[in-house]
Amino acid sequence: MDTFRDKLIPVTSILAGVVVLWYVMAVILNTPFQRDLDRRAGETHTLSEFIGKTLAQPKPTLPAPHQVAVNFFENTFLRPVTSNRSLVYNAWVTLSSTLLGFAFGTALGIIIAVGIVHVATLDRSLMPWIIASQTIPILAVAPMIIVVLAAVGITGLVPKAMISTYLSFFPVTVGMVKGLRSPEIMHLDLMHTYNASRAQTFWKLRVPASVPFLFTSMKVAVAASLVGAIVGELPTGAVAGIGAKLLAGAYYSQSIDIWSALVAGSVVAALLVMVVGIAGRIVDRAMGGRPA
Amino acid sequence: MKAPMYSWQASLAFLLVIFPIVVFVTNVGVPGLAWPYSGFSGGLAIALVTLPAWFSGRLLKLWEAALCFVCAHGAAVLLLGGIRGHEGTAGPGYYLVLASAWLLAWRCVAILSEQRPLSRLASTALRLIIPAIFGAWILIIWEAVTRGAGIPFILLPPPSAIGARIASSLPVLGADVRQTIFKAVIFGYVVGSGTGFLVAIAADRVPFLRRGLLPIGNMVSALPIIGVAPIMVMWFGFDWQSKAAVVIIMTFFPMLVNTVAGLAASGHMERDLMRTYASGYWQTLLKLRLPAAAPFIFNALKINSTLALIGAIVAEFFGTPVVGMGFRISTEVGRMNIDMVWAEIAVAALAGSVFYGVVALVERAVTFWHPSVRGG
Repeated sequence: MDTFRDKLIPVTSILAGVVVLWYVMAVILNTPFQRDLDRRAGETHTLSEFIGKTLAQPKPTLPAPHQVAVNFFENTFLRPVTSNRSLVYNAWVTLSSTLLGFAFGTALGIIIAVGIVHVATLDRSLMPWIIASQTIPILAVAPMIIVVLAAVGITGLVPKAMISTYLSFFPVTVGMVKGLRSPEIMHLDLMHTYNASRAQTFWKLRVPASVPFLFTSMKVAVAASLVGAIVGELPTGAVAGIGAKLLAGAYYSQSIDIWSALVAGSVVAALLVMVVGIAGRIVDRAMGGRPA
Repeated sequence: MKAPMYSWQASLAFLLVIFPIVVFVTNVGVPGLAWPYSGFSGGLAIALVTLPAWFSGRLLKLWEAALCFVCAHGAAVLLLGGIRGHEGTAGPGYYLVLASAWLLAWRCVAILSEQRPLSRLASTALRLIIPAIFGAWILIIWEAVTRGAGIPFILLPPPSAIGARIASSLPVLGADVRQTIFKAVIFGYVVGSGTGFLVAIAADRVPFLRRGLLPIGNMVSALPIIGVAPIMVMWFGFDWQSKAAVVIIMTFFPMLVNTVAGLAASGHMERDLMRTYASGYWQTLLKLRLPAAAPFIFNALKINSTLALIGAIVAEFFGTPVVGMGFRISTEVGRMNIDMVWAEIAVAALAGSVFYGVVALVERAVTFWHPSVRGG
């Protein structure tokens, strides 16, 4: 088993490699435009000056890492949180609908899973559709949900949250069905010899057995939920949110803004997955699990 | 003689139609009443949904299922026929008949899912029929409620209108599929999965790479990669190349992570055996480790088949030439042609299922030795 320290050196060196490659690509990709600019201005530069300029364009083809970092830092820490250019504000808008959708999606997923495990009819008729629905590109529905709900007068948080719900309940359902079925026949037989009722078997055996499955699928679900919220912001030209930042950046070719919105989205995703992971570990420990 | 066992679905179905029956009987001959209180089809539908309550528990299970099936669907057909021309005027009787027909369909599915047929053919057939009835009833209820309640067309068109739209705009849908799937998705899918596979083999050869790439790959899979779409559109232009680039990036990491995990799946025993045969690295890779990794690789291919479609469609929201599934969805939404959007979604769903199905079939053919395929 790789320990944390075993991983640390390879991971950091590969990340460093990515950054170096990024700088090289930035110079290469931004060169044609910079050469064009220089030719028009009638300037000639030494090589080092030229490279410096390719890394400092206002609307580069590929912004250099430090440009993205500066933009990210400015928009995250230096702006007031209430400003609509602040990444914290936009991330919060996206995060709120992500969380709402994730909460609904998890609850819905658990309810459906309980139904599937206990009602044979649902298992045979609904489960194939849930599996089949994972093979279709559900995100394509996003614009329609937003626009149609806006036509009825429902705007803002709820439509985006519905898309997140839709995306996040599948993994939870599938994971929970697996988890609730994970107790072995032996354990079920033991509950039988105790003359346990269905409810008792459910609460004392099936639910505890399903908890690890729940948290694993919740990690997938929360990531899917964030993607849903971001895509939900695209079609209507939403005013705020990470998706709106991406779209605005795409319209005005503000490549640095796009990249820093992307970084913000990634940070939010990593935080969400981490929080779910930590919650899972806390619950596991509270239930008496020991590190393997 | 044993007292018949009444099923709760059939009994409830009967209780629900008591009200329509009373209204129907007291109003016989009064013209101009809403469906199902007048006319032949309303009476027949009421009679159909009451019938199984009578026979419930007195017949062989399979005959009862067949009876429920015929009555439920017969009533549904009459119901949908009865509302034609009277959209938006449905009263409580309409919904009561609908609900009891649905209960009968449920009864039918419940009986069928209790069956444990011995022959393989019958159990396969059951595995298909049960979800098919369920799916059909989602469509029936959707159609009946949208038409019965007169839900505005732009809110939720009935399935029949969507079907008509698909039939009438086949050339447009075909062009969109060609642009999005045959150009962007397939190219991106092949290149993305292929490079992911090759990098995984390289990473497996060099432990340093593996230790570095795996955590990164695992982390990236949680990120909203779809956000690179505007950048790719900026770099590669509006045509399919930019969508293929998004698909490549989205499919690369799942393939990498799964293949690396799969290459570690062959056991020590087997590897030792290969060593005693004095086989080299490549022989071991081709004859032992890649076949052992096949289930993992196919898992990635299946995940990627969905991701690739999503990537290409969403990337088209950021700008395309005037053709493509994502383009059609976003523009027709803007023009409030919701039936066209649904048509496009239905096509996308079909394409996704076919794509997944093809990958699954190839998997069955390639990993015929795996316990999950042999069926234990």
